[in-house]
Amino acid sequence: MKRAILLLRRRAISSLPVLLIVVIFTFFLLESASGDAVDAYLGSIGGGDAALRQSLHESYGLDHSMLARLWLYLSSLARFDLGWSVAFGRPVGELISERLPNTLLLMGSATALSFGLGSALGILAGARPGSLRDRMLSIGSLIVYAIPSFWLGLVLSIVFSVKLRWFPIAGIETIASGKTGFSRALDISDHLILPVGALALIYLALFLRVMRAGMGQVWKLDFVLFARAKGLSRSRIVLSHVARNALLPLVTMLGLQSAAMLGGSVVIESVFAVPGFGRLAQEAVNGRDAPLLMGIILTSAVLVIAVNFLVDLVYAGLDPRIGASEGDA
Amino acid sequence: MTVASISRRTLMKGTALLLASTALARQGLAQAAPAGGRLIVAADSEPKNLNPAIVASNGVFFIASKVIEPLAEASFDGKDGLAPRLATSWEGSADGLSVTFKLRDGVTWHDGKPFTSLDVAFSALNIWKPLQNLGRLVFANLEAVDTPDDYTAVFRFSKPTPFQLIRNALPVVTSVVAKHIFDGSDIAANPANNALVGTGPFKFAEYKPGEYYRLTRNENYWGKDQPKLDEIVFRVLPDRASAGAALEADEIQLAAFSAVPLADLDRISKVDGIKVISKGYEALTYQLVVEINHRRKELADLRVRQAIAQAIDKKFVVDTIFLGYAAAATGPVPKNAPEFYTSDVASYDFNPAAANDILDKAGYKQGADGNRFKLKLRPAPYFNETRQFGDYLRQALAVIGIDAEIVNADAAAHLKAVYTDHDFDLAVGPPVFRGDPAISTTILVQSGTPDSVPFSNQGGYVNPELDKIIKQASETVDTAARTDLYRKFQQLVVADLPLINVAEWGFITVARDTVLNVSDNPRWAVSNWGDTALQS
Repeated sequence: MKRAILLLRRRAISSLPVLLIVVIFTFFLLESASGDAVDAYLGSIGGGDAALRQSLHESYGLDHSMLARLWLYLSSLARFDLGWSVAFGRPVGELISERLPNTLLLMGSATALSFGLGSALGILAGARPGSLRDRMLSIGSLIVYAIPSFWLGLVLSIVFSVKLRWFPIAGIETIASGKTGFSRALDISDHLILPVGALALIYLALFLRVMRAGMGQVWKLDFVLFARAKGLSRSRIVLSHVARNALLPLVTMLGLQSAAMLGGSVVIESVFAVPGFGRLAQEAVNGRDAPLLMGIILTSAVLVIAVNFLVDLVYAGLDPRIGASEGDA
Repeated sequence: MTVASISRRTLMKGTALLLASTALARQGLAQAAPAGGRLIVAADSEPKNLNPAIVASNGVFFIASKVIEPLAEASFDGKDGLAPRLATSWEGSADGLSVTFKLRDGVTWHDGKPFTSLDVAFSALNIWKPLQNLGRLVFANLEAVDTPDDYTAVFRFSKPTPFQLIRNALPVVTSVVAKHIFDGSDIAANPANNALVGTGPFKFAEYKPGEYYRLTRNENYWGKDQPKLDEIVFRVLPDRASAGAALEADEIQLAAFSAVPLADLDRISKVDGIKVISKGYEALTYQLVVEINHRRKELADLRVRQAIAQAIDKKFVVDTIFLGYAAAATGPVPKNAPEFYTSDVASYDFNPAAANDILDKAGYKQGADGNRFKLKLRPAPYFNETRQFGDYLRQALAVIGIDAEIVNADAAAHLKAVYTDHDFDLAVGPPVFRGDPAISTTILVQSGTPDSVPFSNQGGYVNPELDKIIKQASETVDTAARTDLYRKFQQLVVADLPLINVAEWGFITVARDTVLNVSDNPRWAVSNWGDTALQS
C-alpha cells in the first residue's frame, strides 16, 4: 500500500511536464489548422457581413496575439479553469463533465468485455496451438479485426435494431422517459449493448491474438516442461502455469489500448448517437474550438496516465519482480 | 405446398384489403387531423445560439420556428406567397420610406405576458438590424419603428427601401422575440437565446445536450385548434446513415433536410409505412455554383469560362449526383422564385468539342500531356453532392484539357481558403436563394465586398454595368421596375459568367405515413408545424 502511494506521487509529479507539453502542442496544432472559430461559426449559420465577423473575432478573443491567448489559457488552467467553449457557448469543464461519464461507461464496458472474452478465447486458442479450434479462432479474430468499426456498428444496428428490433437504435437512454434508479440503469444498459458490442469486438480480436501468442511462448519454457514432466493435468498447466504468465503482456496492452479506445469511441459514438466524449472532440475540431479541444485532450491525457498507473499496479501484483525498485527510487 | 401458397395468397389479399381500408380511413382523417401525440424528429446539429432573431439560418429555424414566430410565413397559395403570422397585414408606402404592419390581437408570450407592437419595434431596432446575420442587410436603412397603438408597427427608413424586398424577407428575418425578456440585457449573452420564449404553437421545454430538444404544446396558442401535437422531440442523430435506420425502426417519425442520404432514398421509399417527400423546400432552394477566381489570368478570360460552362453536363449532374432530386440551373435566380426568374438568358449546352475549340482558338494550347493549364479546385464540404460534383468537375475539365487538382478541407478551412485567402482557382459552393435576389444572391457577383465575407464575391470579379444594376435594384421602390432589373441582372450574369450556376435543389423529407400535414408550405421544415398531426 505504501509502495502504491509513493508510486502515485512520483507519477503525478512526473506527469505534469507531460501534460504541459500536451497542452502547448495541441494549441499550436490547432493554430496551424486553417480557419478559426469565427470561420466555422459563420459557415454554420450561412454567412454574415464583414462587421459581424469583426465583432465575433473580438468577442471570441481572437484579436489577441497567439502567444497572448496561450498565456491566457495556461494561466486560467493554473487556476483549474478549463476555459469557455466558443462553439457551445458554455464552460468547458461543464461540457466535459457532462459527456465524460457516458464515454467512460462505454469504454469501461467495452474494455472489460474485450479483455475478459479476448483473454478467455485466447486461452482456448493457445491451449492447443495448431488445433482446428485454434485456427478457427485465429482466422475469426483476424476477420473481425479487419472490419472498420463504423461499418460493424451500422451492421449491428441494422440487424439487431431495424430488422429484429431487439435493441434501441441510438442514444444513451430512452428520450424523456422519466425513468429513475434501477429501471433507468436497465434502460441505459439496453442502449449500450450494441455500441459496447461493436467497440469490444474490434479490440477483442487484439487481446485474443496477444494472449494466444503469449501462451505459445510460455509453452516452450522450462517450467512448463517440468510441470508436464511432473504429470500435471493439461488444464492445470494451461490455467495456472501458462495462462497466468501469458497474461502479463495482455495487461501492458490494456494500458496502451485505453488510449486507442478513446479514439475508436469517436466513431461508435457518432454511429449510435451516444452523447460522449469522442463526439464532443469531433465537434470541437469542426468548430475550431481551441479551449474545448484542449480540455478534451488534457482530460484524455490524464485518463491515459491514470489507466497506465492502474495497469502498473496490477502488473506489480501479478509479477512481484516488477516495480519493486520503483518505490525506492 | 400448393395449399400453403394459395392460403398465403389469400392471406396477402386480405392484408392488402385491410391496408387499403386503413389508408382510406387515414385520408378521411387527414382533414380533421387527430390531436395529441409525440412526434420525434431527427436533428443533425445543435446550434450554439437558438435565437432566430439573431441567427437566421436553417439549422436554428428548424427547432426555433415552432417556438418563435415571424411576422409572416411563406405560403403556396397566399397573396405574394405569404401567410400571416404575427402580422395580419403589411403595406409599403409609395416613396419606399415606410412599411406599416398590422399586428395580431390577443397573442400572448409563453410566459403569459401580452404580445404588442413594442416587441416588434424592439426586435427590429435592437436585434434584426444590428445583430442578425441577414437582417443587417435588409434593415440597413431602418431608422425607427413607430408604435401608434399596441397592434400597429410602422417601420421608417432613412433611404427608399423596396417594399418587395421587405416583403420577401419577412419569413426569414423577422422572428419576433419578447422585449421584456431581452430589454436592458446583453442580448448576445442572454440565456433566453437557448431557453426560448416565444408566441408559437410550441413551448420550449427541455434541452439535453447531445441527446434531444423537447417542445411541448402551447395551450394558449392563437391559432384555432392548433397545435395538434402534444410534443415535438428533436433527437440529435449526427450520423446520416443512422437517421434512415431510426426511421425504419420507427424510433423517429420524420427526417427533414435530407437527413437520409439521397443514395438511401430508393431503398427506404420501398419500406412499408415510409414516404419520401420532395415538396416543402421551394423557398429554401440551394444552388450548385462553380465559383471562379478572376485573379487567375486564364479565368479572367470569358472564353475560358464559356468553355468550362460547356464542359459541364448539367443533365448528368442532376441525374447521377442528385439522383434526379434537383433541376438544371439556367442562371443565378432559381425557377422556384417565379417572381424574378427568367429563362431568357444565354445558354451553354453541353458540348466538350466546342469547348476544346474555343480554348484552342483562344490560344491555350494543349501541352504534350494534353493539358492546357492547371487549376486548384476546392469543393465546399457542406454536402455530399458538392464534393461529388467536385470530382465530376475534375473529370469534365480533363476532357477539355484543364488539369484540376482537388483540394478538400473541412468547413472552417474551406471558408478561410476561399473567402479570406482567395487560395483557389475554382470552388464549388452551395449558396441558398432566400426569397429575393438582394438577400445573398447579388453579393455573389457584386464588386467591392470586403475580404473574408463568407458566401460572397471573393473571386475578385468586377463588372461596373452589373454593379450599377444591383445598386439600382436596391433603391428601386417600384416593384415592376425592380423585378425587371433583376431579369437584366440574370441576363448579364449568365452572359459574362462571373460564376457558373449548374443545378438547384431542395431537400427531401422522409416521414412515416402516420405523420399528417407534412410539407404544406414552401418553408415547411422551418415553419411552425401548428397543423402537423400524428395518426394514432
